[in-house]
Amino acid sequence: MRYLPLTPNDRQDMLATIGASSIDELFVDVPEEARLDGPIRDLPMHAGEMAVEAHMKKLARNNSAAGDMPFFLGAGAYRHHVPASVDHIIQRGEFLTAYTPYQPEIAQGTLQTLFEFQTQVARLFGVDVANASMYDGSTACWEAIVMARRITKRGKAVLSSGLHPHYVSVAKTMARFTKDQLVSEAPTLDAATDGADLLDQIDDDTSCVVVQYPDILGRVSDMSALAEKAHSHKALLIAVVTEPVALGAIKAPGQMDADIVVGEGQSLGVGLQFGGPYVGLFGCKQKYVRQMPGRLCGETVDAEGKRGFVLTLSTREQHIRREKATSNICTNSGLCALAFTAHMTLLGEKGLRELAMLNHKKAVVAADRLAKINGISLLNESFFNEFTLVLDKDARPIVRKLADQKILAGVSLGRLYPDENDLAHGLVVAVTETTSDEDVETLALALEGELA
Amino acid sequence: MSMLTEGRPTKQEENIIAPDTGALKTHTGNRALMVDEPLIFETGSPDRSGVDLPAAPTVESRLGGLDRDEPISIPGLSEAETVRHYTRLSRQNYAIDVGLFPLGSCTMKHNPRLNEKMARLKGFSDIHPLQPVDSVQGALETIYQLADWLKTLTGMPAVAMSPKAGAHGELCGILAIRSALEARGDAREVILVPESAHGTNPATAAFAGYKVEDIPANANGRVDLDALKARLGPDVAGVMITNPNTCGLFEPDMKAISDAVHDAGGLVYCDGANFNAIVGRVRPGDLGIDAMHINLHKTFSTPHGGGGPGSGPVVFSEALEPFAPLPFVEKTEDGHFHLVEEETAEDHHESSFGRMVAFHGQMGMFTRALTYMLSHGADGLKQVSEDAVLNANYVLRSMEDLLEAPFAKSGPCMHEALFSDNGFTNGLTTLDLAKGLIDEGYHPMTMYFPLVVHGAMLVEPTETESKAAIDQFIGALRSVAGRAKAGDELLKSAPHFAPRRRLDETQAARKPILVWQEPEEYAEAAE
Repeated sequence: MRYLPLTPNDRQDMLATIGASSIDELFVDVPEEARLDGPIRDLPMHAGEMAVEAHMKKLARNNSAAGDMPFFLGAGAYRHHVPASVDHIIQRGEFLTAYTPYQPEIAQGTLQTLFEFQTQVARLFGVDVANASMYDGSTACWEAIVMARRITKRGKAVLSSGLHPHYVSVAKTMARFTKDQLVSEAPTLDAATDGADLLDQIDDDTSCVVVQYPDILGRVSDMSALAEKAHSHKALLIAVVTEPVALGAIKAPGQMDADIVVGEGQSLGVGLQFGGPYVGLFGCKQKYVRQMPGRLCGETVDAEGKRGFVLTLSTREQHIRREKATSNICTNSGLCALAFTAHMTLLGEKGLRELAMLNHKKAVVAADRLAKINGISLLNESFFNEFTLVLDKDARPIVRKLADQKILAGVSLGRLYPDENDLAHGLVVAVTETTSDEDVETLALALEGELA
Repeated sequence: MSMLTEGRPTKQEENIIAPDTGALKTHTGNRALMVDEPLIFETGSPDRSGVDLPAAPTVESRLGGLDRDEPISIPGLSEAETVRHYTRLSRQNYAIDVGLFPLGSCTMKHNPRLNEKMARLKGFSDIHPLQPVDSVQGALETIYQLADWLKTLTGMPAVAMSPKAGAHGELCGILAIRSALEARGDAREVILVPESAHGTNPATAAFAGYKVEDIPANANGRVDLDALKARLGPDVAGVMITNPNTCGLFEPDMKAISDAVHDAGGLVYCDGANFNAIVGRVRPGDLGIDAMHINLHKTFSTPHGGGGPGSGPVVFSEALEPFAPLPFVEKTEDGHFHLVEEETAEDHHESSFGRMVAFHGQMGMFTRALTYMLSHGADGLKQVSEDAVLNANYVLRSMEDLLEAPFAKSGPCMHEALFSDNGFTNGLTTLDLAKGLIDEGYHPMTMYFPLVVHGAMLVEPTETESKAAIDQFIGALRSVAGRAKAGDELLKSAPHFAPRRRLDETQAARKPILVWQEPEEYAEAAE
């Protein structure tokens, strides 16, 4: 019990000060029938560092790590190289073990970092303001829909068929309880995005239209017409970015007049981590700032006139407003936001643009190579670092077989859309700066073998 | 123009000795190790970078004509500058690695570095959530093992692992309750929330579409059982209760409350944020609770990280098990781990209320929490709650002659001790005491919470503090409390020694500046 400093003598001394004869006296409010008489059975006793390490390493070894084999998965989580100094920075104890910055005079480190993060996110998204992060992209997406309802006082959200199906699932789960109406369809294996269909869905009952950019099949398309149509009906355009690196190469959603932009920040600094913790990004136009959920850090001055930072506009939050709160968000993803902002600071505009073009051009080369395989065609006319291959058979068993051969081939659309038979031949392939030419060749040869 | 001078970095000083006060100043405004760090926007440059990337292949881009054609305006720093920037910022933070955190209701305990090391094993950190399940059997087993610990420690049969934080876990629990009631065709409308519950509880219930009604606390800081019983009826879906509650007290009537709610056809949600006070000594399942979230960062020491990430798994009673959200992990008879999500959900999962989040929850927190559980074991966790409660009562009894402790007469507290600012003079408040503690080298306790106590101060020493550390803290608290009672004027302007003096939160809220702008834009805004 190396983490517990009290000695038996300390405990006796302290009980004496308290005036109790035993520790049990301190648990007097716990009803007799609910008290346990000894350590919970069925669980092991304490263990030393070596033993715990051995246990955890055994569990870790039983996973195929992405870095150990050709790896092409994306669909909402991307493998990028994280500079070593990012992990060093987030392991500084003063960041890692700090509390929520409710006492700003001794939390300027966290607060200034959040202010820098907010500014970076707003500029990346091309919007006026951003918050101090959300749980992840999918919950940020749902909070954006709720925010649009608050602003427009309407409850019908139109979701693009290119929106990540898990994000749609989250929205559907929540909408069941909040009585929002969601309009959504699965995508079709088509190079063109759903622009025209989506335009027709927007009417005077619509609170928002939600578009992913690039979308789940890797397609990129101009959102300006959607923004215009939405605005003509006084509805909002919400853009969802699951791969922020893309915005180093393609236009910011704000440039196309998106009102709210949300995203998943995992690509920068955070790592794959089997799905979490990730970092939700959330920005919007200035005029909606007071409806924005989540924590916000703002600039102010101290009693001597020096610049400083504080959490602000927290009167919207649930711990203050109780049942009148506008959101269920309580925490943010502070440490992941720090990782994101440190990685972004290392990149700068120059590095981000270079990283983005490196991702994109490697993906172009890979897409052309894979499209040459008999039985495969490339769906996308345009894409960033992820594209969809259409196979001449169900992609699911092929992905599983390739995994057994130590190739992690991509995400089969059958896994994401189990009820859509038409999509079963789709395979979404992501290529980043970590993908080597040999990796692409290995995948190509393996796919040739499976499709021959 | 005031914003330009007030909101920008402090100007360089002309004189080393201030002419008015004679105080010593420096040319930079810095004081040796206390250095004011500029923003990256003031020192970085868009064409500077701290990364070297290989050249991109020479092929035509295929971005659909959407090439980013305007500046992004994100500055970069070299690697050396970046490390220095964040290292300097970090030194302006108080943290549990720096000192004792007497924060009630949000346990800040030692964060073992073994947890960090284990979470970074590539078999955990470098795996994708959509990899074929055969390639992540160890990850699924990790989730399964952690789930098993949580079920065993709480005495409850099911657990949802995906909620991203405590409040998200509350939402998960309340949605399961609503699903269960709807499944039996029972559309109840009201959730009862005692005053002694966390503020997140009523917010969560309202967010899930319920009407919220308060139940008062009694004179001892516990739920008024009679008032609760009187309000129960066919329109009440359930109760959301925090136990141990926000006054730091165990609800002795918990079983009676559960029985009464069940008899009236409702269900019981318990906010388990304070599970660290009873882990290993009490199983919430034995108290009749139907759903309870567990803050892994509190009870099982995953780092708070300046505000998150959290992780809020929810345990369920048998009544709610069928409604648990997707995804979850099952173990087959041949020892294979099976991930149940949309693709693989079978008929017996059809009552699940759905998916709350993309992917599988906070894996990086799961590995840390499991590492901590294995380190402590069943015996260590019991010792954890005992020491947490012992330390809190030691603080309570060492302070109650000086600070009013509203519920101390009614017996021991659990893991945190509650005081009020009754007896402070000269207009001094809890806030002033808190800022005084900063000058003594401590992070303040929780202030103005719970709401049922005037000028509340909630102190939680946690089990990872030694007697010597707590004695030193008690000494500091006694000193500042004594000054507050004596009306010491200097407390009103505390802190005096922190990186910043008191910050103007009103100005920040009145005209929010949430992103950095070029100085000329500030000037324009001020005109």
